[in-house]
Amino acid sequence: MPNWIAACNIGDIEPEDVMRFDHGGRTFAIYRSPDDEYYATDGLCTHEKIHLADGLVMGNIIECPKHNGRFDYRTGEAKGAPVCVNLKVYEVKREGGKVMIDVG
Amino acid sequence: MDSSLPTPHDYSLTGPSSRYALEHGLANAEWYRAPIPRGKMKELMKRSDGPAIRDTIIWIAAFIVTGGLAFHFWPTAWCIPFFLAYGVLYGSSTDSRWHECGHGTAFKTAWMNDVVYQLACFMIMREPTVWRWSHTRHHTDTIIVGRDPEVAVMRPTVVLRVILMFFGVPQVWGAIKSMVRHAMGRLSPDEADYIPEMERAKVYRTARIWLVIHLAIIAFSIYVGSILPMLFVGPLPTMYGAWLHIVTGLTQHAGLPENVLDHRLNCRTVYMNPVMRFIYWNMNYHIEHHMFPMVPYHRLPELHEAMKPYCPPPYPSTIAAYAEIIPAIIRQIREPGWSIERPIPRDHPAHAVPAE
Repeated sequence: MPNWIAACNIGDIEPEDVMRFDHGGRTFAIYRSPDDEYYATDGLCTHEKIHLADGLVMGNIIECPKHNGRFDYRTGEAKGAPVCVNLKVYEVKREGGKVMIDVG
Repeated sequence: MDSSLPTPHDYSLTGPSSRYALEHGLANAEWYRAPIPRGKMKELMKRSDGPAIRDTIIWIAAFIVTGGLAFHFWPTAWCIPFFLAYGVLYGSSTDSRWHECGHGTAFKTAWMNDVVYQLACFMIMREPTVWRWSHTRHHTDTIIVGRDPEVAVMRPTVVLRVILMFFGVPQVWGAIKSMVRHAMGRLSPDEADYIPEMERAKVYRTARIWLVIHLAIIAFSIYVGSILPMLFVGPLPTMYGAWLHIVTGLTQHAGLPENVLDHRLNCRTVYMNPVMRFIYWNMNYHIEHHMFPMVPYHRLPELHEAMKPYCPPPYPSTIAAYAEIIPAIIRQIREPGWSIERPIPRDHPAHAVPAE
């Protein structure tokens, strides 16, 4: 069952950047792509518990700030060592000036 | 500073120190990070190819010039200075190329990082997959005993081992043993602790290829009846050129505390001259590198400026760093629990180690 939560305002995140969002004891990463689309994934790297929101967004890739692990944040696909496990992704929509994610 | 680590220290990754680290929240822990604004960090982490392409062209040219002159003057004594310079390129500058390209930060273009990484790994005799994973662990658990596979000076200090490191002896001996072990399809227990199953086939394949190359060089030397090929490629230049990467490398952590969760306490930032910084690719900014490993080497001086308010004062020179390191590691022969204490700015206190 969907559980839509407002994560941030549209425009809070610069294009090609990421922001941390904590909710209900969980942490998420919200992305704004270079072509102005929003995406959301789990907030911690699957390799080790590092916040991806401190990392660098390059196109459609988020790079973990600790070990260079890279994911495609649109699909969660791990792009190679040291990350071997894909990242969980969440549905995102824009509504009333907010970026909403389905944390359900 | 006294650590509460059980003694004698056990640096294996599967023994009592490892269990201690896991049980006491020292493994995969949260480390202190200087509060550098997000915008600044984004700017500093941004990749580019230009600086590393420039430096790699100079690097390759230096290999050609020093190697060419060494070959030209062989077997007269005039070849010696050129071999010494060639050796530093082969056995020392490759340490930083291995390191930066392993982080994937030197170049923006991934294949460029990979090519220089593989080349540097061969020259410094570090198996690419093993060392990629060991260095990953080094960054997760920096100088945590029983977790970090890259502790250079273990305690109590074995002075002879430290001296032999300048000639590459323990490194090359260890590399040869590992290469043979990997070629036979086996990992050590420590390696098995940090290399995932899916990566192991690569280790074995590379070891077999390297073994063939090394044997071919030896065979070629025998065929031409000269040691000359072995002075250019293989363990010998790794050894006779090792000294400078040990000079720079020991400044990183030697004598500083084990089992702390703050890179300002267990890393050194040391000012070095431009030649050393070219060979070392700015790894003298070592606190900065450990706290923010995704900042490319050519942006570390800027990161250093941004981090100054949060860090202990940098060492003004390599000599100043060694004036502290040498007495410290000598003292650690008899007092392995003792270490140097770095002054942390009062407004930005050290990150606490989890309580007992």
